[in-house]
Amino acid sequence: MSAAASMRTRAPLMQARSVTRSYGGNIGCRDVSFTLYPGEVIGIVGESGSGKSTLLACLSGRLEPDSGVISYDMRGRGFVDIQTLSEPERRMLMRTDWGMVHQNPRDGLRMAVSAGGNVGERLMAVGARHYGDIRGEAQNWLAKVEIDLERIDDKPRTFSGGMQQRLQIARNLVTTPRLVFMDEPTGGLDVSVQARLLDLLRGLVRELGIAVIVVTHDLAVVRLLADRLMVMRRGEVVEHGLTDQVLDDPHHPYTQLLVSSVLQA
Amino acid sequence: MSGARESGYNFAYLDEQTKRMIRRTLLKALAAPGYQAPFGGREMPLAYGWGTGGIQVTASVIGPEDVLKVIDQGADDTTNAVSIRRFFQLVADVETTEATEKATVIQTRHRIPEAPLEEGQIIVYQVPQPEPLRHLEPREVETRKMHAYAEYGLMQVRLYEDIARYGHIATTYDYPVMVNGRYLMAPSPIPKFDNPKMQDNPAIQLFGAGREKRIYAIPPYTSVRSLDFEDHPFRTQSWDQRCALCDADDSYLDEVITDDRGGRMFVCSDTDYCARRRANGHVGAQGAIDPVGEKTDALSGDAQ
Repeated sequence: MSAAASMRTRAPLMQARSVTRSYGGNIGCRDVSFTLYPGEVIGIVGESGSGKSTLLACLSGRLEPDSGVISYDMRGRGFVDIQTLSEPERRMLMRTDWGMVHQNPRDGLRMAVSAGGNVGERLMAVGARHYGDIRGEAQNWLAKVEIDLERIDDKPRTFSGGMQQRLQIARNLVTTPRLVFMDEPTGGLDVSVQARLLDLLRGLVRELGIAVIVVTHDLAVVRLLADRLMVMRRGEVVEHGLTDQVLDDPHHPYTQLLVSSVLQA
Repeated sequence: MSGARESGYNFAYLDEQTKRMIRRTLLKALAAPGYQAPFGGREMPLAYGWGTGGIQVTASVIGPEDVLKVIDQGADDTTNAVSIRRFFQLVADVETTEATEKATVIQTRHRIPEAPLEEGQIIVYQVPQPEPLRHLEPREVETRKMHAYAEYGLMQVRLYEDIARYGHIATTYDYPVMVNGRYLMAPSPIPKFDNPKMQDNPAIQLFGAGREKRIYAIPPYTSVRSLDFEDHPFRTQSWDQRCALCDADDSYLDEVITDDRGGRMFVCSDTDYCARRRANGHVGAQGAIDPVGEKTDALSGDAQ
């Protein structure tokens, strides 16, 4: 609690106010507001179709909300409404200060480029032109995500699902972003690989002080990773609070259903 | 112009409106060096991949007083070069030449002549794939954005991959360049040996891609920098042999197989340059007895 309290005294990193997005008559997400502080991990949970991914797309500037404001504390510029950024500025943000970990590593990796090239791409995109330095940094990051350095010149398609996911994380973190969006980072992985990946993620996030917005339907993921939790249903946030508080003492009937639906092994 | 009139074609084959459209595109391309300007490519009496883009550009810039030179892989006497030269003799009735410095318009595939180009000359490149990022990013929408926002990190990734796999930058032709510090450009499949010739060249350099319907250009005296890494600088090819016919050590050499017992010789790919040197008395290891311009003698002589 004291850690959370000290966070409140810092300036927020991202603020969402009444973010609403609908697809014709169908609601994507409605009236979502929250504040994210530096180094904080927010989990967004809910069933399929509850608007988690729509919300994430709006927050990361890939989708324009119908109404509402999303502001982000840009380095050297202060709070900026991300909708007012030009496209090149948003793309620049996406490959420097932000990261995006997709559920399917194929969406986030270049499958025809070696692991080292995948990690080095962001560095080269921001102007690194020294091969030795780029390769050194790539090795450094592959070691951090526990990928054998002998695999540095192998294509990601020869990697297992868990390795691909770890490579995707390394590729995103190499420019030391302050905010990373994750969409079902452990989806499609078996439980032991999931556990290792979560352990790794938790370590990296704590070590580097990265803020994360993680979307998942897996309560175990948020239990391990998230400081705070938002529960979504039919596009709206029905409950939010500290993760342990929400999971151990759910108030909303839907959250109670969600928590009680998890099988205890 | 009697030839053109007799052949029944408009001067230089294309109708005047089409030439106007292409010239407008050329001006746009020259105004933004390295930018791929789209144009309404026409069907030409030639298959795609044989220089339809180059022919359309040549047809739009050539005038009755121009002198045309056409080369293919540096040679004036290869099929593609002969066909295109004959085409313009027929439809434009222009004077043709094999001498680089006499030509005012040079259409080329795969080479830049060894003799330095001068002010007033135009060199037209035939381009199969104008998009340097194509093999890395298949989406056209995305590559256009990358050009618009000058996001060229991905091209560097390709060079990184080369070094990671081969220990050096193994790209030898169509080597990517930055034009005027702004646009990434595919120089067409010329060997990287020719890349430095594009830098600050006094001639106008025009690039036409017929299938892809794109034109781009480098105005005279423009900076053209080949991409590289600080610790793996750009390097051109070099040979430990000299030209077997003219003894040149500064030109791009082709390896020619001369028999089925492993015999081979290295000769200049630029036939005009080679013939000129031999006419000036330079003699290579196998060029002693040959009359100028008939290097086939050296080949057949060996077989006997």
